[in-house]
Amino acid sequence: MRTPLHDQHLAAGGRIVEFAGWEMPVQYTGILQEHKAVRESCGVFDISHMGEFFVEGPGATAWLDSLLTNNLTSVPVGQAQYSLLLNERGGVIDDLIAYRLAEEKYLLIVNAAKIDEDAAWLKKHAAPGVTFTDRSSEFAALAIQGPKAAEVFKKLFHRPMPAERNRVHEMPVGQASRLPSFTATTGYTGENGFEWIVPASEATAAWQAALAAGATPCGLGARDTLRLEMCYPLNGSDLSPDRTPLEAGLGFFCDLKKPAFLGRDALLAQKQHSILPHKLCALRVTDKSPPIRSHYRVFVNGEPVTETTSGALSPSLGYGIALAYLPPAYCDLGQEVQIEVRDRRFRAEVVKKPFLKKP
Amino acid sequence: MNVPENLRYATSHEWILVEGDTGTVGITDHAQAELTDIVFAEPPAIGKTVKAGDIAAVVESVKAASDIYSPVSGEVVARNEAIEADPSLLNTDPFGAGWIFKIRLANPADLESLQDAAAYRAQIGG
Repeated sequence: MRTPLHDQHLAAGGRIVEFAGWEMPVQYTGILQEHKAVRESCGVFDISHMGEFFVEGPGATAWLDSLLTNNLTSVPVGQAQYSLLLNERGGVIDDLIAYRLAEEKYLLIVNAAKIDEDAAWLKKHAAPGVTFTDRSSEFAALAIQGPKAAEVFKKLFHRPMPAERNRVHEMPVGQASRLPSFTATTGYTGENGFEWIVPASEATAAWQAALAAGATPCGLGARDTLRLEMCYPLNGSDLSPDRTPLEAGLGFFCDLKKPAFLGRDALLAQKQHSILPHKLCALRVTDKSPPIRSHYRVFVNGEPVTETTSGALSPSLGYGIALAYLPPAYCDLGQEVQIEVRDRRFRAEVVKKPFLKKP
Repeated sequence: MNVPENLRYATSHEWILVEGDTGTVGITDHAQAELTDIVFAEPPAIGKTVKAGDIAAVVESVKAASDIYSPVSGEVVARNEAIEADPSLLNTDPFGAGWIFKIRLANPADLESLQDAAAYRAQIGG
């Protein structure tokens, strides 16, 4: 599948790779340069492969609160909230952002690889009076991120970017579409910025406007190194149906005080025993090593204990970083582990998240 | 794409510059452009013997690891430590400061199975 911006990617020199069934740019000029652009200036990513679901009708809030881990009742209209969709065992089906557009109207932004699975899950748990519509193909999306994102926002919309995170606004778009566009001050890079959900017919105009306003085109390669420096999990790598959000360190986004939500019992059981089978730990490589990647074996005292779920040579920090689910006995800060790369082991230690501390 | 005339080329995108019984090996400009930002390089140990086509070194970009094959058989007599310290030399100067290792040729006839610049240029479509 291709996003509406495919021709724009080719025109900008994008190197196209397959990702979750989509032909996406992994880079344009280079991952390191694009990573730096986002940390120091402003980058724009095509995230049109992600899914857009609309949920509305009386009881929409209560319905979503019965399916998602976080608490939408507490979210004012015009705000977005990060949340998770779990299976009965408390394992992660997907992580998503919910925009509260009106009292009983939501836009959910879900992972590209999970659009069909999420939609099937939501339909399976349908509630009377609440309509659920997968409109992923009608919308494109851009993530505009970096210390200069506010300047880009101002040029695009002739108003200041909201200073607060998670602010949602409906924005006018061009003549060609009757659909609305939405901005939310959210992102996956650790920088200031916003995500802009636009009708597919407006995608090219939006992309070109972002470039004209000073944003650098950035691909999935930089998106991955940027998010990993912040320890933001990637579903399918760091999150899985066999791991709970508590194990992934996402307890902050699970409101166990809610009377019920799918997967809550499993989380409560873990909480009550106050021992988790594994915890997703941040590992800093202390030896000089090749870049760490996912599925590299991790050893403690010579014994294989787990494998990495993500890894990279951090462009901002200059050393190797990785995430791995470790047994609780090995999760203390400073715990030494070894990561195996092509039959050689390199020392690493458990460090506090995130790797990159923002001032 | 730069393809110097004085080198021999393997189809796996290594070049070799032969002086006497010794060859200097690196990757081509085309290879570095395909690999993109190289962030790790590990040249072979001095004294290692390799056959033509054996894996002699590894370079890694942000996204992937790539094996580097020796274009000829022989014994490694020098390794470029500068690329360990600064792997980006492979991107910025693949035919110069980004060389990977030097090898004493066991069998100079190996060179005949490598391509000249014109043939390599045709291989990469440029």
